[in-house]
Amino acid sequence: MKKSIILGALTIAGLSAGAAAAGTLDDVKARGTLNCGVSTGLAGFSAPDANGEWMGFDVAVCRAVAAAVLGDATAVEFVPTTGKTRFTALSSGEIDMLSRNTTWTFSRDTDLKFDFAGVNYYDGQGFLAPKALGVSSAKDLDGATVCIQTGTTTELNLADFFRANNISYEPVPIETNAEAIQQYLAGACDVYTTDASGLASSRATFETPGDHVLLPEIISKEPLGPLVRHGDNDWADIVRWTLNALIAAEELGVSSTNVSEMAASTNNPEVARLLGAEGDLGAMIGLDAEWAKRAIEAQGNYGEVFAKNIGEETPIGLARGLNAQWTDGGLLYAPPFR
Amino acid sequence: MSTLSDPPKGSFRLSMLLNDTRYRSMTLQVIAAIILVSALGYLYSNLATNLREAGLNISFGFLGSSAGYDINQTLIDYNSQSTNLRAAFVGILNTLLVAFMACITATILGVFAGVLRLSNNWLVRKLMSFYVEIFRNIPVLIWIIIIFTIMTAVMPGPREFRGDEPTASMFMDLFAFTNRGVYTPAPYFTRGFGGGEGSALNWLLALAVLVASFFGARFMTKRANVVQEATGIRPNTLWTNLAIWLLPITVFCLILGLAWDIPVLKGFNFGGGIKIGGPLIALWLALSVYTGAFIAENVRAGIQAVSQGQTEAAAALGIRPRRVMSLVVLPQALRVIIPPLISQYLNITKNSSLAIVVGYADITATLGGITLNQTGRAIECVLLLMLFYLVISLTISTAMNVYNSSMKLKER
Repeated sequence: MKKSIILGALTIAGLSAGAAAAGTLDDVKARGTLNCGVSTGLAGFSAPDANGEWMGFDVAVCRAVAAAVLGDATAVEFVPTTGKTRFTALSSGEIDMLSRNTTWTFSRDTDLKFDFAGVNYYDGQGFLAPKALGVSSAKDLDGATVCIQTGTTTELNLADFFRANNISYEPVPIETNAEAIQQYLAGACDVYTTDASGLASSRATFETPGDHVLLPEIISKEPLGPLVRHGDNDWADIVRWTLNALIAAEELGVSSTNVSEMAASTNNPEVARLLGAEGDLGAMIGLDAEWAKRAIEAQGNYGEVFAKNIGEETPIGLARGLNAQWTDGGLLYAPPFR
Repeated sequence: MSTLSDPPKGSFRLSMLLNDTRYRSMTLQVIAAIILVSALGYLYSNLATNLREAGLNISFGFLGSSAGYDINQTLIDYNSQSTNLRAAFVGILNTLLVAFMACITATILGVFAGVLRLSNNWLVRKLMSFYVEIFRNIPVLIWIIIIFTIMTAVMPGPREFRGDEPTASMFMDLFAFTNRGVYTPAPYFTRGFGGGEGSALNWLLALAVLVASFFGARFMTKRANVVQEATGIRPNTLWTNLAIWLLPITVFCLILGLAWDIPVLKGFNFGGGIKIGGPLIALWLALSVYTGAFIAENVRAGIQAVSQGQTEAAAALGIRPRRVMSLVVLPQALRVIIPPLISQYLNITKNSSLAIVVGYADITATLGGITLNQTGRAIECVLLLMLFYLVISLTISTAMNVYNSSMKLKER
């Protein structure tokens, strides 16, 4: 009797281990919720609001994927991850996708066995300094103490930048954005460095944002985007094309307000294909015809998501810049829906 | 009187493995060992299979590649082009440094607090139990954060030392206490060997001189003991010992031209001198006061374990109270104190891995933090970390056990 229980437990453990590898799409559907990794709190990108509801630019990607796959933008289980824990959470299967201002780099894509589904924010690493410091360029920072969030590409960029300019600095590695800001405000470091969007986001939460300036140097390329585990190409396709659908929707003039109307009465064939009125693009990625329509309905197209969470009307106040559509001189360029 | 004879030696039967008490325990142990080994084997093969399925492999090749990040406190030469292995060594040395410093101060604090907790003075006694209860019952992580936050919030920034009317000034123009750390003058030799001012050779020579003084002083003390045994009068060794300690090193420093590099405000921070970083201070203090409270309790327990009769007997012989403590009670109490003290030293070493909360670059922050993140080699890094802490803990434990057996009651 005892023996059979142990054997049974072993069999179940073996089966469940096998099932985890079967397919993320099936897992998510069976579970009924999407496990999405986000940051531990970065205003505008992913942070819980006053009601405890996760809001933000990165959160919108999770909600769009949940809407496309499950038909319910609220069926998302948000898993807060730090710079250190995010990759382990993804590769262990604790989360289905990671949408946490993560830089697309060669080694993360290849050596760490992840697949980036695209870029939802083109960023670069900048420096935040108090105005009182009287520094106008990052090249004047010789001998400065610099706060960095540890476990990110910023540590390596920083070392490269100071080495290339032959100036010295003292790094203060800190675990989370919140602690880094606290150290910076207490004057334990002269400047704080991270992605320029993150700096703008943090500065918006200061008591006197006007006393701090972003130095003009952007010392790195930081294409931020959602990522999934390498090897499950069907799931990667879904995340990639959901993101593309949001970008294409802005380009094609489809927004959360007019999406139903457009789906019913458009005569633009690309819009019709995108929204499932024509062709069967949804079936090709294992979803129904209206997947993209739901994804757009959930939070709006890329432009709406940007304006609502981090745009110039918000306290974060980021300009579109590189993140404008290619037709407006930006880098956003969704491949054709065909 | 009955004679015992050997039981008849029957031939060995398989059932004896279970029924015969001579073999039963052996059988059970073998079975337990087989189960343990196969469980470990199952876990390992599970790990290997899952890693293979995830397309990962175990490889330590990353240790040889360049680390790419900078570290703020390095005891050996290091830059961002050094290897990950070197970054790990930097971390190991930082861990050992803070653990060593904290072990010493925690012991001093603990012994004082432990002895004073048994004081006859009500106020002293209560103050000490207040210290023990407060520090022992709040997690060390909180202490590290509290001390670090107070330091960064209360101490002046380097900027406040600048200007014609600075709001902060250096202590005796030698020490600067800032919210980033304490800057102290650094000694160096102007006429040192080996060309460079900071050549390690000079420091080794200085150390050799001090060691020689140590043995010289010990020889003098031993001779004084011999004289005391023979004549009953102890020669005064204070002045000779002082001379043995001070004269050689003073002469050595004069010959090599000892000078002090005093910290001055340069750019954003103080330059020159030695910087004792804020994270190191916070971690060191927090580990010391926290573990000191535990050691105080060990010391108290040790002292109370010494029979009251010993104190009374010593007092009856006319020994003064302070000497009763140092010559009669403490040596006997040490036997009770040392074994739990070993665990406290191990705790200090292991708790030092909380360093990352204040940005101190110990082994957990370099190898287990940044290197792990940047290379993604989580399993390898964690295995190495486990190995490091295991080796360090076992070493401390062995060293303390040797000390313990030297303090043990010698039975003749």
